[in-house]
Amino acid sequence: MPVQVQGEVLSIRKVGAYNAMTVVAPGIAELTKPGHFVALQVGGPESSMLLRRAFAIYDVKERGVYGGTVEFVFSVHGKGTAWLATRRPQDKVDVVGPLGKPFRLPTQPVNATLVGGGYGSAPLLPLANALRERGSRVDFVLGAGSADRLFGTLDAKRIGSSLSVTTDDGSAGERGRVSDVLPDVLDRTRADVVYACGPMAMLRAVHDLAAARGIPSQVAVEESMACGVGVCMTCVLPVVGDDGISRMVRSCVEGPVFLGERVRWDDVGTVPEDVLGAPVSTGGGH
Amino acid sequence: MSELTLRPRETPQLPAVDLSTTLAGVRFPNPVFTASGCAAAGQELDQFFDVTAIGGVVTKSIMLAARSGRATPRMAETPSGMLNSIGLQGPGIEAFLDKDLSWLAGRGARAVVSIAGGSVEDYAKLAMKLRGRPGLSMVEVNISCPNVEDRGQVFACDPAAAAAVVSAVRRNTDKGVPVFAKLSPDVTDIALIARSVVDAGADGLSVINTLLGMAIDTTTMRPVLGGVTGGLSGPAIRPIAVRCVWQCHAALPDVPILGMGGIRTGLDALEFLLAGASAVSVGTTVFGDPTAPVRVLHELAHALAERGIDRLSDIVGLAHQPAQKYVPQDPDPVGDDLPEES
Repeated sequence: MPVQVQGEVLSIRKVGAYNAMTVVAPGIAELTKPGHFVALQVGGPESSMLLRRAFAIYDVKERGVYGGTVEFVFSVHGKGTAWLATRRPQDKVDVVGPLGKPFRLPTQPVNATLVGGGYGSAPLLPLANALRERGSRVDFVLGAGSADRLFGTLDAKRIGSSLSVTTDDGSAGERGRVSDVLPDVLDRTRADVVYACGPMAMLRAVHDLAAARGIPSQVAVEESMACGVGVCMTCVLPVVGDDGISRMVRSCVEGPVFLGERVRWDDVGTVPEDVLGAPVSTGGGH
Repeated sequence: MSELTLRPRETPQLPAVDLSTTLAGVRFPNPVFTASGCAAAGQELDQFFDVTAIGGVVTKSIMLAARSGRATPRMAETPSGMLNSIGLQGPGIEAFLDKDLSWLAGRGARAVVSIAGGSVEDYAKLAMKLRGRPGLSMVEVNISCPNVEDRGQVFACDPAAAAAVVSAVRRNTDKGVPVFAKLSPDVTDIALIARSVVDAGADGLSVINTLLGMAIDTTTMRPVLGGVTGGLSGPAIRPIAVRCVWQCHAALPDVPILGMGGIRTGLDALEFLLAGASAVSVGTTVFGDPTAPVRVLHELAHALAERGIDRLSDIVGLAHQPAQKYVPQDPDPVGDDLPEES
């Protein structure tokens, strides 16, 4: 069950183009599993920004010197994240977490390929540790626009059996997209399962490549959220349920991790006609 | 570091103020409710605070059939507010009764069920479905959702259409269960609509729904929202909401009002009570602060205590009274010797 905590910034550091923030947030670390996320208030008590910002959890420590800590990675791309980037140790931040459904772990040792786009690699690193602890093999494919937008390559090299890197501009690894190198990795490692986190277009490409080989995938999506706790209904996408019926589901509580085969990739951003309760396109009704 | 604390799940001790409020004959232990569309049906928020500790849970508007809502993006943050174009996504009344209302009843929460439809008949059927349901304290008739394809069907913009809906709901609702009509601020004269729904049988008014708004992305140079237009909510609309509550209370002083629109603090809630609301809903603020309803309740209780007010019901609509009748010429800063209303 998530908790709302008045946390305190322990540290904030620049990692390439990103920021990694560690917050003392008692009660969250103990409950966190790989794939969970936290949602933070931004702008202070008189802020004109009302909505929470959601970030995948990168690392937790259950018993730091000051109590449990949570670390997450973010990129500045608006006023809210710009405010967050100016926080300093001992500043207060209001944190809710852990939120969402985490990655599901296989019961048997498997060969797992983990694909991260940009700082989407952050939740994959604790996932890799959890997989390794269960005797699984882990191979990484990390991609970004440029070298400074890669995150966690050192960790990935340490934890994984192999690491493939791509950048759009060729400033690190191979020039290109993760989808350019993924087929080779899947074939070479005889992958049993693929885990991915990153932009929607990348997730789709990863799912398609895995599915073409009959390999199941789990993807952590990034839909924009207002609350993160399941009450605002803004972060929906069309997903097929266990009963075969498609619904507009909330990525904050039913996700952010979905089985790749269940996401209606062609229809993300729309309301397909066959989802439960879709408008009848005969006009008049609403 | 010693100040770091978990937010208490239990409601902290409230000062000795009688916070109870009566809405059309139904008594609630305190005046702070959730707002429709900002609390789902209470279960998610019950993880963060005890939903039985607040006045009531106003559920997201439910329709007869399941409804997918609109395409994404459904949300845009705006200065001190947000636009939403959810489009009344919901499971339909049957699933709602089975899963949501029964949960609220079992939990012991006071449920205010918001209903929405495309026709007078829809509303009548929804009201019938709610008959005799345990846990139901009130019905809120959403005649003012701006996220419908046909703006002509926003009943709250037309006095006759609004009256027809409210009359159908009132006829089909159990005696003793108040029917509140939720009004839109997007009208020339909200008091006119208020009178019309009250004449049609509304026991009270929920004031206000969101305002129709829009945002355009200056990078893509296209509308931000999938639904193009959306409902504006949050503190940005609070002065409009206070004005609407004021006008409705001035026109119909005996009709109870559930006030809402941008309430973020206990003092914001107090402002609505002074304008004439007997209770308030905390809506958009919940998205940023899931414990906001209990926090607002606590802050309100302290604000009343600090002003020497023993009974919440004494100050409903107080701002309409001439100032000298209640406020001393040179108010004592402690504020504990204000004359009591007899």
